[in-house]
Amino acid sequence: MKEFIKTENVYFTYDENEDSDEYALKGVTLTIGKGEFVAVVGHNGCGKSTLAKHLNSLYLPTTGEITVDGINTKDDDRLFEIRKKVGLVLQNPDNQIVAGVVEDDVAFGCENLGVQPEEIRDRVDKALKAVGMYDYRRHSPDKLSGGQKQRIAIAGIIAMEPECIVLDEPTAMLDPQGRDEVIRTIIDLNRNMGITIILITHYMEEAVLADRVIVMDSGNVLTEGKPRDVFSKVELLKKHRLDVPQATELAHKLKGCGYELPECVLNEDECADAIEKLLKNH
Amino acid sequence: MVREITLGQFMPGDSVLHKLQARTKILLLIALIVFIFLCKNFVSLLLISLFSIAVILMTKISFMKYLKSLRVILFIVILTGIFNLFYGTGEIIWQWWELRITTGGVCNALFVIVRIALLMMVSAVLTYTTSPNDLTDAIERLLKPLTIFHIKVHEIAMMMTIALRFIPVLLEETDKIMNAQKARGADMESGSIFHRVRSLVPVLIPLFVSSFRRANDLAMAMECRCYNGGKGRTKMKISKFRLCDLAAALISAIVFTGVILCNVYFPIIF
Repeated sequence: MKEFIKTENVYFTYDENEDSDEYALKGVTLTIGKGEFVAVVGHNGCGKSTLAKHLNSLYLPTTGEITVDGINTKDDDRLFEIRKKVGLVLQNPDNQIVAGVVEDDVAFGCENLGVQPEEIRDRVDKALKAVGMYDYRRHSPDKLSGGQKQRIAIAGIIAMEPECIVLDEPTAMLDPQGRDEVIRTIIDLNRNMGITIILITHYMEEAVLADRVIVMDSGNVLTEGKPRDVFSKVELLKKHRLDVPQATELAHKLKGCGYELPECVLNEDECADAIEKLLKNH
Repeated sequence: MVREITLGQFMPGDSVLHKLQARTKILLLIALIVFIFLCKNFVSLLLISLFSIAVILMTKISFMKYLKSLRVILFIVILTGIFNLFYGTGEIIWQWWELRITTGGVCNALFVIVRIALLMMVSAVLTYTTSPNDLTDAIERLLKPLTIFHIKVHEIAMMMTIALRFIPVLLEETDKIMNAQKARGADMESGSIFHRVRSLVPVLIPLFVSSFRRANDLAMAMECRCYNGGKGRTKMKISKFRLCDLAAALISAIVFTGVILCNVYFPIIF
């Protein structure tokens, strides 16, 4: 897999004072491949949102380097090139919608890039269809549900034809149904349009769906790997005040009581299957 | 409770007035208002009133809605009407002490009342038939020539767009904060005015803080989408003048000429 984003020993502090020791990021080194679906998890204040804002050069590393498709994020002349490649969706859907009509908002990014009107129309329609909000194109955003608004925000990024979308807790303020809509949209974009997805979340059930999970703790990467490998380290995650999916935890506890269960179950279905097998064998 | 306040009184529809360009409507509205004040006798005033009422009826919005728009200024209309009764010269109709109502005064009062009422109603035509977004867009394009005086027209239009977008959001938030404060025992509906104003402070402070947070988020979201001011920006929707805009301009021009002719050929009484 071709590497797309690379962070090398990134340190970042919000404090302007050079001698401050309070770093939000402490030597983060990561590579993210093109077309990958990566989930970043960690408890509040572990630096995952700070990292997200580094990936399209909203924040610049205090020390260390970040490259996006070979471009250093500190390169001021190529700032828009980076932001065009890496789109960022924020937590609160209300605060990132600019215009009072859905399609106007989706067009906002393209308009900024100076795309020709006919092409904007084309891209906006495609983006709205990709998130399944085409029928709402003439609506006002404040009449929509949270999940719908978040999909509009995603469409606004897709219309700019990015190669990668970073989503900073896009489902944190949504109800279960809205969360489901957004996650399905994200997976669809990754599978069908080949867009690299970096999903920052604190719902472990969402992280399970990714190709790779990165666990962050106090400004650094704690562990990373395939969801199955990461969530099998239940003790390690618990020690760092992190959750595992409920099904995984249940299976882990049952195993602790001496029942024979597979190494790591990730979702309800796997868990149910495993328990069913166990009961039949009894 | 707060949410019920309607802003921007746009009423969607498919009348001719809805189809006209916002720019056409703004320019013709300004012209119409000027001509309402240029009327110098009852004939021309009648002509322009009939024209205005025709326009109002063409919007296919109930006439009651327009009358309601007058309710806000009813007091001012009546007050100016009464004052005008006592000004003016001519034959005295009624007199008490120093106060006298003259024929001229009655004419004045009638003129003033009709003018203000027309002014309000034709302005309502613009706000009722044009969506706020079209309106800001039209203002941006009409003010474009001002950029040569280094007035940041695009920025002003952007601010208006964002303000319109966030009014409902902030109203909803106000509602939530008020409920939260009420749940903690805040009393906002009784006591003296002074007391009630003071009880709004705990609502306004959180609202203020949260709007700054929102502004920060929005700025970040706009930066993510490569916003860099008006330079090099394109637009998805380019509104062009169409045949109906030309027709509207022509019809208005004929009426306005009629007003001038009436002013010339009939005695000027005002």
